[in-house]
Amino acid sequence: MRGIAILAAAAALFTAQDAFAAGNAEAPKSVDWAHEGLFGTYDRAAAQRGMQVYREVCSGCHGLNYIAFRNLTEIGLTEDQAKVVAAEYTIVDGPNDEGEMFERPGKLSDYFPAPFENEKAARAANSGAMPPDLSLIVKARPGFENYLYSLLTGYGEPPENVELMEGMFYNPYFPGHQIAMGEPLGEDAVEYADGTKATVDQLARDVTSFLAWAAEPTMEARKRMGVKVMLFLIIFSVLLYAVKRKVWADQH
Amino acid sequence: MSGFQTNNAVIKWIEYRLPIFSYVNDHLVDYPTPKNLNYWWNFGSLAGVMLVVQIVTGIVLAMHYQPHADLAFASTEHIMRDVNYGWLMRYMHANGGSMFFLAVYIHIFRGIYYGSYKAPREILWWMGIIIFILMMATAFMGYVLPWGQMSFWAATVITNLFSAVPIAGEAIVSWMWGGFSVDNPTLNRFYSLHYLLPFMIFAVVFIHLWALHHRKSNNPLGIDIKGPQDTLPFHPYYTAKDLYGMGVFGVLFAFFLFFAPNYLGHPDNYIPADPLVTPAHIVPEWYFLPFYAILRAIPDKLLGVVAMFASILILFVLPWLDTSKVRSASFRPVYKLLFWAFLVDCIVLGYIGGQPVEGVFIVIGRLATALYFLFFLALPLIGWFEKPKKLPESIAKAVLKEDGGGGGTPEGAAARAEDRG
Amino acid sequence: MADNKGGDGHDAGRRDFLYVATSAMGAVGVGAFAWPLIDQMNPSQDVLALSSIEVDLSAVEEGQSITVSWRGKPVFIRHRTAAEIEAARQVALTDLPDPQGDEERAERPEWLVLVGVCTHLGCVPLGLQGQFKGWFCPCHGSHYDTSGRIRIGPAPTNLEVPGYVFLDDENIKIG
Repeated sequence: MRGIAILAAAAALFTAQDAFAAGNAEAPKSVDWAHEGLFGTYDRAAAQRGMQVYREVCSGCHGLNYIAFRNLTEIGLTEDQAKVVAAEYTIVDGPNDEGEMFERPGKLSDYFPAPFENEKAARAANSGAMPPDLSLIVKARPGFENYLYSLLTGYGEPPENVELMEGMFYNPYFPGHQIAMGEPLGEDAVEYADGTKATVDQLARDVTSFLAWAAEPTMEARKRMGVKVMLFLIIFSVLLYAVKRKVWADQH
Repeated sequence: MSGFQTNNAVIKWIEYRLPIFSYVNDHLVDYPTPKNLNYWWNFGSLAGVMLVVQIVTGIVLAMHYQPHADLAFASTEHIMRDVNYGWLMRYMHANGGSMFFLAVYIHIFRGIYYGSYKAPREILWWMGIIIFILMMATAFMGYVLPWGQMSFWAATVITNLFSAVPIAGEAIVSWMWGGFSVDNPTLNRFYSLHYLLPFMIFAVVFIHLWALHHRKSNNPLGIDIKGPQDTLPFHPYYTAKDLYGMGVFGVLFAFFLFFAPNYLGHPDNYIPADPLVTPAHIVPEWYFLPFYAILRAIPDKLLGVVAMFASILILFVLPWLDTSKVRSASFRPVYKLLFWAFLVDCIVLGYIGGQPVEGVFIVIGRLATALYFLFFLALPLIGWFEKPKKLPESIAKAVLKEDGGGGGTPEGAAARAEDRG
Repeated sequence: MADNKGGDGHDAGRRDFLYVATSAMGAVGVGAFAWPLIDQMNPSQDVLALSSIEVDLSAVEEGQSITVSWRGKPVFIRHRTAAEIEAARQVALTDLPDPQGDEERAERPEWLVLVGVCTHLGCVPLGLQGQFKGWFCPCHGSHYDTSGRIRIGPAPTNLEVPGYVFLDDENIKIG
């Protein structure tokens, strides 16, 4: 099976190209995440705090299109707590019997509402930049969780040789180093209910944990099934090998 | 010809009208297979299994997917998040494509190493190349369906290859698009064809097997089957061996599927398609990279496209470029060297295909492209001056000799060693 | 597989066990893989989440009915008149193909909530029609009374009453 190894290694080589080269961004910091590894699961407490950060800091500009309030039970909220969160949002529904759209409080089956009507409105409100939807942001950037964490904690003063364009901010982790989003997280930007101190580092970790879950809510089910399937296949392969040996015994 | 016998009246009744039992018996049970096949011969049946996996998971995905530019991306996320086991089906299909190509590439290189394309198996070889080309078309169109950034720009770049055709180029491209850019009509027709092509592959696979079973398998010695002493019935010997191979291959597949499902993909494809912004660094899936490297190696639009297509089409004439009468590289010292150089060259091309077109990568890419074609051009010459080693008299003799513990052919011995584990 | 091989006595039993164990494991594997292929066709999570709706009844006058969509099917909500309630309650249960008292079918007598799908073959019946001035299915001629019960025609059972609760006097939640 040496050929498989060679080809797998080759495949690995192809895909692991330096994707950061294009935008000359700095390689992201390396952080240990609870949900990494074969058995990793999302840190529920961090994800819940992260949801608070998203709601209080990010949601003004960034949508979370693919997350419904019913999904929040997956990060440890009870159904009643999720209903409370939902009811705090105003959802446009309709048309009603008079043919008009109306507003009502959110329900479990509703999704986080978008902050802007459409892309044009989003750009108009953000001096031309489009704040991306965050549902998939962790899977949609090279570097994944580490990139997002690094970006959120990586703001700084530009070096002397860099001249920032108007309305831009310096962040070495962003491709091109100039980002339209101002530093979003500040010390004590939110007040955590569980008493965790809201340092910038903590806020960034928490919101990244939340968005990592939002990007792939089925990851835990996938890994659980994966462990079982791998064990099954390995044992099955051993048995098949034994069968093959038996069958071939009279030919050796 | 059939050795199929039965006393069961029902089976006899059916068999008289539709000889399906003797057919299965002749092709899957009694089918005489060379007794010395090594594990590299597992990848044909593995590729067949992957084709079935792709068709099954693909039909499932088609039940939930929406082939519309406004809905395709969201419906893919709907599959990932809301459909029961949807994530499993999608990741299985996405990684299954890679595993299918992996199996087929190993299968092709095995054929090249052991001279499986030579007479009387030229048509068998052609059918294989047709399958490969259909696979590439299918994979490309499938990659477009999630309608992410990579999907969209892959569609744009690859369809634009045809704009290199003199005079009619622009007309051809807008015909393919159904508009003035890649858009909803393009997505719709790609979806339709992506559903159709696998069944065409399935049909060509049958012709491939028909030709194979007519002239029988090649083997690591590359010599013809001389009689029953050289063969074993397919069942249980090769069914057992193939199933074992499938188990091991399944472990590799499951690893990617469950623990690195996005590793072979690209993050940009989780960004919805945006016709106004091209990603900074666009690359095709890994299995296209060598061809992509050849395309980019030539600084002329038309010639680049010609070279890329030529790199695939040249495989059709391989049986005639290789003038040696000896099939297996085990007995061809010069060809063997060249084979390994060719394999390394293909891997280098793959690496270059994933790199930006700049600096040293340009030089390496051009060199590797030249070497790729040189391999084919050198073949007629090698056949002419190479002194092959002495071929064994028969498969049975070679196997016996090696079981006796002495001599044997080096390659046969290597194959046996793998056999044991 | 075993019958294709000449058994050579002493280890035939162990070999058979191996074949049986491997086949059994293969069967389990195929079965386990079949389930996701089947289950994927069941309602997805977002569909299940939409399985209840709330309806405002304040605008429905006595004698009127509204049709709302629930799980992709029509639901009739009828504000019944006293005469209709009376007609529904006077019928002897023995006269009914599918005996059921009107009291069981309407939590509050003035509000009748029905899934508007004929129990014969799934057409949508027409309101205030038929011999009993309840509903009439034009497809194959089933007559339902003012309680939505089958009286004449091929339909085997009464129109289904979905699960619902009154949130207050003017709002109900169906499902």
